[in-house]
Amino acid sequence: MPNKKPDISVDFAGIKSPNPFWLASAPPTNCGEQIMRAFDAGWGGAVWKTIGAQVTNVSSRYSSIDWNGQRMMGLNNIELISDRPIEVNLREITEVKKRYPKHAVIASLMVESTRKAWHTVVQQAEDAGADGLELNFGCPHGMSERGMGAAVGQVPEYAEMITAWVKEKARTPVIVKLTPNISDIRVVARAAKRGGADALSAINTINSITSIDLDTFTPRPNVGGKSSHGGYCGPAVKPIALNMVQQVMSDPEAALPMSGIGGVATWRDAAEFILLGSGTVQVCTAAMHYGYRIVEDMIDGLENWMIEKGFDTIEAFRGRSLEKVTEWKHLDLNYKIVARIEESKCIGCDLCYTACWDGAHQCIHLDRVTGPIDGHVELHEKPVEVEAASMSRIAVTPIPKLDPPSNGHHGPFATPLARIPRVDETECVGCNLCSLVCPVEDCITMVEVDTGLPSQTWEERGADSLVGKSG
Amino acid sequence: MATRTVFQEHPEIAKLFPDLHPPFAKQAAVIESDRCLNCFDAPCTSACPTHIDVPKFIKKIASGNVKGSALSILDANVLAASCSRVCPVEVLCEGACVMHRYNKQPIAIARLQRHAMDAFHASGGKLVRRVEEDRTEKIACLGAGPASLAAAAELKQRGFQVTVFDKRPLPGGLNTYGVAEYKLPTADSLREIKLIAELGVEFRFGAEVKDETALTELEKEFDFIFLGVGLGAMHKLEMPGGDHPAVVDALKFIEDYKLGLTTKISGTVVVVGAGNTAIDAANAAKRLGAQDVRILYRRTEDHISAFDFEYEHAKQEGVRFHWLTQPVAVHASSVGVTSVECVTMEIAGDGSLNQVEGSNFQIECDMVIPAIGQSPLVEFLSRCRDLKVEKGRIVVDRATGQTTNPKYFAGGDCVNGGREVVDAVADGKRSGVAIASLLEAAHA
Repeated sequence: MPNKKPDISVDFAGIKSPNPFWLASAPPTNCGEQIMRAFDAGWGGAVWKTIGAQVTNVSSRYSSIDWNGQRMMGLNNIELISDRPIEVNLREITEVKKRYPKHAVIASLMVESTRKAWHTVVQQAEDAGADGLELNFGCPHGMSERGMGAAVGQVPEYAEMITAWVKEKARTPVIVKLTPNISDIRVVARAAKRGGADALSAINTINSITSIDLDTFTPRPNVGGKSSHGGYCGPAVKPIALNMVQQVMSDPEAALPMSGIGGVATWRDAAEFILLGSGTVQVCTAAMHYGYRIVEDMIDGLENWMIEKGFDTIEAFRGRSLEKVTEWKHLDLNYKIVARIEESKCIGCDLCYTACWDGAHQCIHLDRVTGPIDGHVELHEKPVEVEAASMSRIAVTPIPKLDPPSNGHHGPFATPLARIPRVDETECVGCNLCSLVCPVEDCITMVEVDTGLPSQTWEERGADSLVGKSG
Repeated sequence: MATRTVFQEHPEIAKLFPDLHPPFAKQAAVIESDRCLNCFDAPCTSACPTHIDVPKFIKKIASGNVKGSALSILDANVLAASCSRVCPVEVLCEGACVMHRYNKQPIAIARLQRHAMDAFHASGGKLVRRVEEDRTEKIACLGAGPASLAAAAELKQRGFQVTVFDKRPLPGGLNTYGVAEYKLPTADSLREIKLIAELGVEFRFGAEVKDETALTELEKEFDFIFLGVGLGAMHKLEMPGGDHPAVVDALKFIEDYKLGLTTKISGTVVVVGAGNTAIDAANAAKRLGAQDVRILYRRTEDHISAFDFEYEHAKQEGVRFHWLTQPVAVHASSVGVTSVECVTMEIAGDGSLNQVEGSNFQIECDMVIPAIGQSPLVEFLSRCRDLKVEKGRIVVDRATGQTTNPKYFAGGDCVNGGREVVDAVADGKRSGVAIASLLEAAHA
């Protein structure tokens, strides 16, 4: 049955959830009323906005990076943990669990670094009915100044010690949330594992200053004329998060069930985190941008993709891409691809030409009319000469009455031949840049060419004492 | 400064001729700018007669550097504000946009250019000199239309002494007097020219150079003379009744309403001809209150010289077209014009046009507006100063605008037979650069 609905329910370190989509500990999980609406919209789980000693927050709290007309490519916040009384949060956890017994409710916790304080809060959260605990060792701002959050997550010994304290008391699974603001995330992940953690979540937000108001010289967000560094998240951080998840999941001393976090906004992002080993994903920025409703397509899209690929369960593809990530030294130096431009699709923007000349290896040329020449840079007209020729050409407004129709050399394609670039495959290094800048889908493709050479890695070449010699 | 560059639009005209393409709001301009692909050696730039670096100015809007955007535009085209309003961009920059081949709307280049120029004017921006030092050489520019203004600005920016002569009281030529008000209000044309006057270009109005003595005087005073004299008066209707006072040529009709001298008409108006000026006049007649406006053209819609979008616009305004229709007489009573007598035309197999025998019919009307082209003005120059003229156009070296008399340069309609403002600006600028090079070389 190719169209049988796949089972996307998960058992994450013992925490059951109808799907892998959880809301991260953040403003969308501030209170029970929100979380119940989120569950109604389809979210499988929610990590409660971090519970601890009550704090006071500032105004304003967020700032963002817009890019190319798109709002909130990256979001930055200086909000602290929950500013509601702990009793209120606990009472609402109980209420949510009573009404949504099949959904996952995780209590995110952060208290002062004493054994007693951690034992107390663990007891309180579990008594309230939480399905699991997430230890917030990652909050990068404010709380870290008070010896909590990232101040714990950046010191492996502290992280291990507090995890161990929590494990002394906890009856539910313990997830340690990792900060990316550290040179090697695996070091703290290993510490958490040694401390007895049942699972990990990564990444927390990245230290950031998003922008500065060029009129007032105050960075954003502005709190009465001053600002403070915040935590960066949203689509911009996904590549960093994916790398860190992969690093942890490929390390036997660190790997545990992983809840992937960082720029997840669509089912595609979720699939990528799962392919690198995540059992669940956590979402914040996208839900803050568009609301809880986005989960509908996350579920629908993931299911459709799983049907297309023949995956019945999340476990069927979880971690599948890990074996495809390797160290550079294991890559085949004799694998070669070159760029091919599909002339009928080219619109003549010539962005590949300028990108190749200034940003790559000077092997895309505008020489289809003058005749192709293969070879080094010196043989070709340079971009500045192409532009100068255009600027010196006299153009007039075409007026049918005054201008006889010309039969200029246009060529067989929609775009004039002179504007369709050509790849010199003898010089192309297969870097991908042209295909990345091309605005037209499938216009520039990278095509494998047979070098006639057997696979050879840098490591193998080194073993043959060939380092430094070109092939 | 004696230059009259302030003009108050008649409130009734302002109401009847609102902006055809309203300006962008700031954020909309940024969003549109972001859509631009930033092509290399961009086709839009190549298509522009003044070669405005389009991606450059658009990306400056995107980055929030609107002042830099305007200055980069003005560097190429000193009348960029009016060009952004009157250029037939469908056949120029926007027509060349690669987005067409990508099944997407072309970038709204004209509106973005207007956005930059409006912001520049609103902030009190000034034109910049290319060199600080003043030079003593003097250049006269005859006619204060776009070609002369571009030549004058270029030369003044390079430090030369420039005087612009025009027989009319306001500068700008057709930009000021002849462009449909919903495209470019007279006041906006003058606002743009004010910046050229502020550079230090001298203007002499009511000054028509029409005889040899005047030319001799000019030649004594000035090192070079740039001819930006345009095309001259419109052709008259050569037929019985064609000289009736209610027969008003299209440019006069447009000028009168732009200056607020005509604010209301009524009845039926017949426009003869189907070029862009005919369309402007017909649309204006409609907006000024004519119940019925008809354009007569002796050939068919396949032959009209108006741009497609202008033709479509006229149809939207409610103008009716009579193809294969040739007026042969204007009939009048003591009250005024009563009708235009027409004949039906036919196009023979060889393309020749013939009247259909006995096909005469009457179109009752109250006003007749001929829009059948302008007559060349340059005959006397060719006669007394040995300037080569072909088909009524002054012959020049395309790259420099120099005529067959080396003291004279020329550009705009008197050279190209009547194209667009942007063509005139390109001509004027090329001549300005060429004259400056000659003078700088002479001194080097």
